[in-house]
Amino acid sequence: MSFIIKTASKQDIKSADITNESDYLNRREFIKQSGILAGAAWAGGLSLPALAKSSDYGSDYPDLIKTAYGKGEKLTSFQDATTYNNFYEFGTGKKDPAQNATNFKTDPWSITVEGEANKTGTFHLEDILKHAQIEERIYRFRCVEAWSMTVPWVGFSLAEMLKRFEPTSKAKYVEFETLYDPQQMPGQVRRVLDWPYRDGLRMDEAMNPLCFMATGIYGHHMPNQNGAPIRLVVPWKYGFKNIKSIVKIKFTEHEPVCTWNVTGPKEYGFYSNVNPNVDHPRWSQATERALGSKFWEPKTKTQLFNGYGEQVAHLYKGMDLKKFF
Amino acid sequence: MEVVVKNSLFMVIKDKIPGVVFFKPLVFILCLTPFLLLIVNALNNELGPNPVEEMIRTLGDWAIYFILIGLTITPARKVFKLNWLIRYRRMTGLFAFFYVCMHFLSYIWFDQFFSVEDIVKDIIKRPFITIGFISFLLLIPLAVTSTNGMMKRLKKNWGRLHQLVYPVSILTLLHYFMMVKADYLVPGVMLVILSVLLGYRIFLKFKI
Repeated sequence: MSFIIKTASKQDIKSADITNESDYLNRREFIKQSGILAGAAWAGGLSLPALAKSSDYGSDYPDLIKTAYGKGEKLTSFQDATTYNNFYEFGTGKKDPAQNATNFKTDPWSITVEGEANKTGTFHLEDILKHAQIEERIYRFRCVEAWSMTVPWVGFSLAEMLKRFEPTSKAKYVEFETLYDPQQMPGQVRRVLDWPYRDGLRMDEAMNPLCFMATGIYGHHMPNQNGAPIRLVVPWKYGFKNIKSIVKIKFTEHEPVCTWNVTGPKEYGFYSNVNPNVDHPRWSQATERALGSKFWEPKTKTQLFNGYGEQVAHLYKGMDLKKFF
Repeated sequence: MEVVVKNSLFMVIKDKIPGVVFFKPLVFILCLTPFLLLIVNALNNELGPNPVEEMIRTLGDWAIYFILIGLTITPARKVFKLNWLIRYRRMTGLFAFFYVCMHFLSYIWFDQFFSVEDIVKDIIKRPFITIGFISFLLLIPLAVTSTNGMMKRLKKNWGRLHQLVYPVSILTLLHYFMMVKADYLVPGVMLVILSVLLGYRIFLKFKI
């Protein structure tokens, strides 16, 4: 495939463009400096501003294709997106993953494909990436805990990858699994969750063009604490559906087991679509707090399907979203 | 009881050291420090990516710490014969109340922006908030009756009223447990400490 046609619905293109022209033009320049700047900021413990700056961008993907997805969205700062993480494999505190995942080994990495598909087996990550069209998409991310961020993900379409495994007609669902390795993932030493972390999607959900396999953020390779080397991004669902550090993909006939659903069946449903009208039993989902917002700034209203209804609402036609939460 | 007589002289000396005039204000400032640090960090924009959560959680944590410290004073005083500790019991209790108030204030201010409708809805609908709110309400009469005058006026009933701190401590910890998603380690440790502190009182009551 030498060329790609990028399509995005109206909703993805916003007229207001937060990255101003000169920042874009000077991107190469910024890329060069970013490492130094970021290093200095970290070492000096400076508090970076809430919104992403050009210096947040890395140069791990020099020829990255920027898509229309999320163009004009205000980006969360790289600092906030990489120091406030829910990745219980590395500890349950928000700062734990950034601290405990520094030595996490993500190379070599392979993914085992199982179940109702013609091409199953274990694949090296680089072989999977060989076929992938790497691009950048900006997506809003809404955590079930009522905080949100907006991140420029680097990766490729989940559907394109799944098609290559040739799922059979029996494949009604796809299940993903995170690495289980307590030696490397100190959070797994205690049985906080039912390890290994698992989650899944209905096949038609997984084939939706919005589903994304991410290998990086802000032009950087995926930081370990954000789910390196490869993770799922499903922007219309709560964050915990976006499973990290994937080692297994399984096509199944029946609804797969999802770790958070096992932990709290009344609180975390299989679908877990972002929905301001269906509260979590313990807190409201009507509003969200954008990471990086100041404490005096009010919360913002949460949108149904996190604002991606135009692309995904048809998947749930006729379903009672209160019942299938 | 022989032991007490033998130790009495030593106890007088021990009793005097922390009773030095400047010591109490020093403890007061120490107790206020977490709050002051929080304010400084908030104003300097150093509360991290989710400052409101950080603020509410920190204040809540300190409220529980002070409730636990307050409950430690009587057993510590008796077990280690540190009589002077009693002078800090009221202060500790009032600081617990202070941090509970700030915790509640930060919630109604920065989380709900004084929206009475949302706050009332939350308190009614969310059991963990209901429990926390009850805990807060039960602390109010204790704070109000913490003066010497009230102590004299209420006589025996003062002690009875202030036993409310026991259910308050349990409700407060329950409030924490009900908020947790999966990791019960921290509230679990607090539960162990609270069990020892309340267990000590149960032990005394039934043994003597």
